[in-house]
Amino acid sequence: MSTVVFFIFAILAVASAWGVVTSKNIVHSAFFLALTFVGVAALYVLLNADFIAAVQILVYTGAVSIMVVFAVMLTLRGDVRESSEENRKWGWGLFTAGLLFVVIALVILTNTDWRILAGPWTVQNTAASLSKLLLTSYMIPFEASAILLTIALIGAVILAKGVKEDK
Amino acid sequence: MNALNQLPLNIAAAIRSLFGDPHSIWADLTMDIISIILVIVLIVLAALILILLERKVAGWTSQRPGPNRLGPHGWFQTIADALKLMGKEDVTPAGADRLMFKIAPMIMFALPMMTLAVIPYGHGMAPIRLNLGIVYYLAISAVSTLALLMAGWSSNNKYSLLGGMRAVAQMISYEIPLVFSLLGVVMITQTFNLSQIVADQHTIPFIVLQPLAFVVYLIAGVAEVNRAPFDLVEADQEVVAGPFTEYTGLRWGLFFLGEYGNMTAVAALTTTMFLGGWQGPAILPGYVWFFLKVGIIIFFQMWVRWTFPRIRIDHLMGLAWKVLLPLSILNIFLTGVGIYIYQLIVPRIGG
Repeated sequence: MSTVVFFIFAILAVASAWGVVTSKNIVHSAFFLALTFVGVAALYVLLNADFIAAVQILVYTGAVSIMVVFAVMLTLRGDVRESSEENRKWGWGLFTAGLLFVVIALVILTNTDWRILAGPWTVQNTAASLSKLLLTSYMIPFEASAILLTIALIGAVILAKGVKEDK
Repeated sequence: MNALNQLPLNIAAAIRSLFGDPHSIWADLTMDIISIILVIVLIVLAALILILLERKVAGWTSQRPGPNRLGPHGWFQTIADALKLMGKEDVTPAGADRLMFKIAPMIMFALPMMTLAVIPYGHGMAPIRLNLGIVYYLAISAVSTLALLMAGWSSNNKYSLLGGMRAVAQMISYEIPLVFSLLGVVMITQTFNLSQIVADQHTIPFIVLQPLAFVVYLIAGVAEVNRAPFDLVEADQEVVAGPFTEYTGLRWGLFFLGEYGNMTAVAALTTTMFLGGWQGPAILPGYVWFFLKVGIIIFFQMWVRWTFPRIRIDHLMGLAWKVLLPLSILNIFLTGVGIYIYQLIVPRIGG
């Protein structure tokens, strides 16, 4: 049963990822990206990682609309239907993709400790356990990601507004 | 009274007992399908009743009779309107992005269906019990922005696109105070489980402990479902009907259903988080209390809609970022201090 569900959503994720890179229209690419994120979220549910799945939809799928508005529409030039231009540098693309694939495969295959929870996470106090972990063991990654997001936010404001020359 | 209170649970148990093994996968699947059908029926019924109620409330506020021709006091007006809507021609504009134009209303309708499925309607009557109820609810409702943007963009109409852009700006801004105002309740109950949150309110509803969060959530909730005074997404005088401009017939009807479904979902979450959900004096069954409270919240939303004029778009953004967000952060701070003081005092007085 769960195998069937896995393949449905895995195929959905991969097929829409294919759509992201092949669409001629960049807005279509963005909406395909949202579909990919939904597929990945479903895979998280199958791994009994419900919280990550919900955050995946909240943060990534929800943010696609912001991406469309700010990244696509504010920078768009010419006809939308031909907005996603093809890149002819196949060699470099293949090299980068291959390298990335090899690195990820190495990490996955050499790390044998992949535990999947036998059943759904049954701890009653999900909120309390999560908060404790975030504010004790994972304090530094948590704060680092917060700083990173702030930097990205400030950077976006500066890119959009521009910096005055005389200062 | 107890029998009436347990009636839905007993019916569910009876259906389950029709299967050889009442907890086999087929029994679970049947129950899930029945729950989803019930949720769809709930949305459609809610829309039928709420549209009539909205027009009646509108009439009441502006001192005119409202719909009063068809049936007693005009009660059958919405049914006639729905039938008329079904008979209308389904037009897809010439320059539209056809597939996205057709998918957008479906997403808009599917989202309230998904959120209403985790609300506990009575003791043990959540169609789907999720440990992460609130997080799931917020994640799903965040996607409705995407549906409105899809509709606005794919219609190939400048008014639609403007409406879609407004939807993104407004809903993303109001989502932040919305989520932050719910955090106070989560801090007190230390759980994301909606059924558990309702159970924790059996002595005192959280509106008493979290009045500030309640007000912030109510305002942000009205903005989140794009109703007046925050209806800039579909402001008729400015952008015709926003993302819905090019839609006709049943597709437009789906948007309407989705909108009223979202409104019901926001009211249901308010009831669950702040008003004690199905808890109430035992003179009425729990689910009746639940729907009564939802009805009060919805009536309040309608009352606000027909009383206040539309807010200007820069004021709208200012309200979200400069008033509601600081207030909701203040509420989180106050809640933290309150919990700390409570933990200091209670052991001393032996509570």
